[in-house]
This record gives sequence, C-alpha cells and structure tokens, in this order.
Amino acid sequence: MEGVLTGIERRARGAALGVFDYFTLAARAIRFLFARPFYWNDAIAQMDRIGVGSIPIVLLTGLFTGMVLALQSSVELSKFGADVYIGNLVGASMVRELGPVLCSLMVAGRAASGIAAEIGSMRVTEQIDALQSFGTDPIKKLVTPRLLAGIVVLPLLTVVADVIGIIGGMIVAVLRIGVTADAYMTGVLNTLAQSGFVFGIFPKDFVSGLFKPLVFGAIITITSSYYGLNTKGGTEGVGTAATNAVVTCSVLILASDYFITQLLLVILPPG
Amino acid sequence: MMTVEQHRKVIREELRSERSAATAHEAVIRMKDVYLAFERPILQGVSFEARKGETLMVAGESGTGKSTILKLILRLLKPDSGQIEVFGRDIVDMTFEEALDLRRNIGMVFQNAALFDSLTIYENIAYPLRENRDHPEPEIERIVRERLAFVDLDPDRVMMQLPAQLSGGMRKRVGIARAIATDPRIVLFDEPTAGLDPLTIGTINDLVRKLQRELGVTSIIVTHDIREGFRVANRVNLLRDGRVTFDGTPEEMVASDDPYIQAFLS
Repeated sequence: MEGVLTGIERRARGAALGVFDYFTLAARAIRFLFARPFYWNDAIAQMDRIGVGSIPIVLLTGLFTGMVLALQSSVELSKFGADVYIGNLVGASMVRELGPVLCSLMVAGRAASGIAAEIGSMRVTEQIDALQSFGTDPIKKLVTPRLLAGIVVLPLLTVVADVIGIIGGMIVAVLRIGVTADAYMTGVLNTLAQSGFVFGIFPKDFVSGLFKPLVFGAIITITSSYYGLNTKGGTEGVGTAATNAVVTCSVLILASDYFITQLLLVILPPG
Repeated sequence: MMTVEQHRKVIREELRSERSAATAHEAVIRMKDVYLAFERPILQGVSFEARKGETLMVAGESGTGKSTILKLILRLLKPDSGQIEVFGRDIVDMTFEEALDLRRNIGMVFQNAALFDSLTIYENIAYPLRENRDHPEPEIERIVRERLAFVDLDPDRVMMQLPAQLSGGMRKRVGIARAIATDPRIVLFDEPTAGLDPLTIGTINDLVRKLQRELGVTSIIVTHDIREGFRVANRVNLLRDGRVTFDGTPEEMVASDDPYIQAFLS
C-alpha cells in the first residue's frame, strides 16, 4: 500500500513539475520574442516549413469540410424548404469554428510531430548541448522562432481554410442542391455581418476566428518544442516525443477552443 | 623571541601558503567535494583540479559520471553541493546569462561530434564565431579555413558538405575545429576516440597533442579507453564510485599496486 502511495506521489510530483516546466518554457519563449538577438532567418525558415508546407493539406481539409458541411446541412434544411440558408450555415461554421480548429488540428498533425522529432533528435545527438556550449540559449534559438512562425502563419492558414471551405460549400450548393452562387454568397456575408463589426470594419466572427489560431499556433509550437526538448532514450524517445506532441496538441486545441469561445463571447458579444 | 623550531615552523607555513597560492594561480578548473544525484548518486564528493596548459584525463568505468563532470564545468548541470571554480570564479551560483558567457571561453568536443545536421561544415564552424564575436564574413571564412587546415582537412573539399556526407573520423575533426574556432582557453573532450578505427584514433590523439603544444590550451579528456588517454594526458584522475580514487601521472598509475587500478589497466 505504501509503495502504491509513493508511486502515486512520485507521478503527481512529476506531472506538477512537467506543467511548471511547460509554463516556464512558454514564458521564456514569449519573453525572447522581444529580446536580442532574434533569429529572424530561423523564424522565416519555420514560417516556410509550417506555413507554406501546410498549404496543400489545409486546402484539402478546408475544401472537403465546406463541401460535406453543405451536403449534410442541406438534408435538414430541405425539410423546411430553407436550402437558401446553406450559405449562412457554412459561412458561420467555417469562420467561427471549423476553419480555425480543423486547420490547427491539421497543422498540429503535420508540424507538431516534425518540430518534436527535429528538436528531439537534436537533444539525443547532443546538438542542444552543443548550442549551449557556444553560449546559445536553446529556447531563444529553437523555440522562439517557431513560436513566432506559429502565431503568424496559423491565422493566415485559417483564412485560407475559411475561404476554400466556403468555396467548397458553394460548389455543392450550386451543383448538387441548386442554390444560386449569388444567394449562397449573400447568405455567407449576411451571417458575418449579423454578428457585428470590430472598429466598424472587421466582422466579429472573422476577428474571433483569427484570434483562436493565434493561440493554437502558440500551443502547437510550444507543446511540440517542450516534448522535443525533454526527449530521452535515443531514437525510440524521438518517436514517443513526436506522438505525444501530436496527441497533446490536439487535446489542448479542442479544450482551449471551448474556453476561448467563452472568453470571446464575453469580449465580442454577438450584435 | 622565537625559538629555532618556531622559526622553522613559520617558514614551513609560509612556503606551504606560497605553494598553495601558486597552485591556485595555476588551476584553471577546480572542483571541491562535488555531489550530484539524479535517480541514484552519480558524484559523491569529487575533488580535482586542472592546471593551466595541461591535458588531464578523467577515466573510469561507464556510468561513473565522467561526462557529467564536463557538463558541470560547462554549467549545463548544477551540483547538489560542492564548489566548482573555472578561471578562479565560482560557477555554481552563476545566473543563466553568466553561464552562457562562461561557455564562450570553453570549447567542447562531443562524443559523436554533435555537428548541426542542417548546416554545412562551414556554417557549423562559423556558428560559434557568429554567435559570440562580431567578425565580418571574410574574417569568418579565414578562421574557418584556418581551423579546418589545423585539423588536417582540406577546406575547399569539405566546407560546403553536410555532416552526413563525412566519415566518423572527419566529423570528429570538424567537431574539434568548431570547438577551437573562438580560441577558447579550455577544451573539453568527451570520449574523443570512441568508435573510431586505430588510424583515425592516432590522428585525433595527434590533434589533442597539437592543441596543447601550439595553442597552449588546457584540455580535459573524458574516456574509458585509458590506453589511448595515456598517449595524450599529462595527468590522470580515475573515478570510482563517484569519487576520484587516483590522481597522478600515467607513469605513476601504471606503477600503482592498487588492485582496482591494475584491474582497470588490464
């Protein structure tokens, strides 16, 4: 019994220390965004890898999500003769939720495993020790450029996913359901306008839809870097770090989405 | 009025303090009663010093904490207790930024070279120069070429290659070139000859001797291969059960009648 309690205590302490380390890493990575020297070349390279490299998968995900959303909603809406509102439904769903969340989940699957594996390999081959031996802070060199890349490219990729999702929905609405493109787009724009505007220009749904991927970008890059930096046990450890990074990022994205939505409903209440 | 015996005692005390002051002056690295444990005790009261310009070998069985000592000197790890001085300065309670500054004066050659995979050989050697010095690019290229030539590699042939394109021995030599790029006063070697063929081991040993002879650096070599270590070291510290059990020259070690040392040598 005592052994079990000791084991539980050790695991609880380990988990608490892990959470503390995670937030310490996050705080330092954010602080280094404003410190010199800043590794701009690394940040741009990461924007290319995380952002440009993820465009095909985001395009495919956005397109098919918009298409299936239009298809499924038409089944229910047609019962009430409300097919014409497909644009409203697809537009609101893509911009508020599906665009940011699915895009971030796709990027998490692709980039988080890559970041964790790359930093993890550097850890087990002593490259991170080498960086430190040259007086380089590995968080400043490896984590902060990825963090900047993540918070810059995720909102941009979300815009891509939103647009392509709305287009995908329009393709199905026009070709399969028989709604005109004009009626569909009017529905999309109306639903965005109904929630009100920030500074009188930007639809609130659009702004909240861009705030979420900003947070998700930080979650993906910091979480995957955390697992990479804490990799132990050679190549097997690298694989474990990559898997854990993807799973944890996915759970954190979905869980934080709820809390961010709650927060945004308070800060930007629908008009 | 002092007696002759009292006078002699004073002189002996003075000589002793002068000698210890001289030693203190010479010691570039000093560890005193260093304890460190992770899940089990690693170091249990390690004390030793490395003097200016010497090549000190730290030998011992696998898992006795040899590489840990190098990480403590670089302040990549912090001991649970004890004192560590580098260049006469206590490094245990250094801030993170002070530790980064300390590391700029120490070169480290890692066991598997630890070259950055994604960078060319040129970029690898230029990295510490760009990171720590404000050299213009032509000066960086001059230094990179010079260091590659020092480790007997043809700069024009290897500079633009990636680490994966080089053999293990060449990677190790590039690791040495990178470690000495910024003219450090101390160079630490972690198992420099591990996994290399006899000819390449000879080349690496020649380089270690050349470093001492031509650049006058203080080197610490951590190895379990004591025979190869003897070829380059001026002094040997043998670790056993987390403590230094022997401190002396290679000749003294060979002459020792300690059964553990004899077993280790055999």
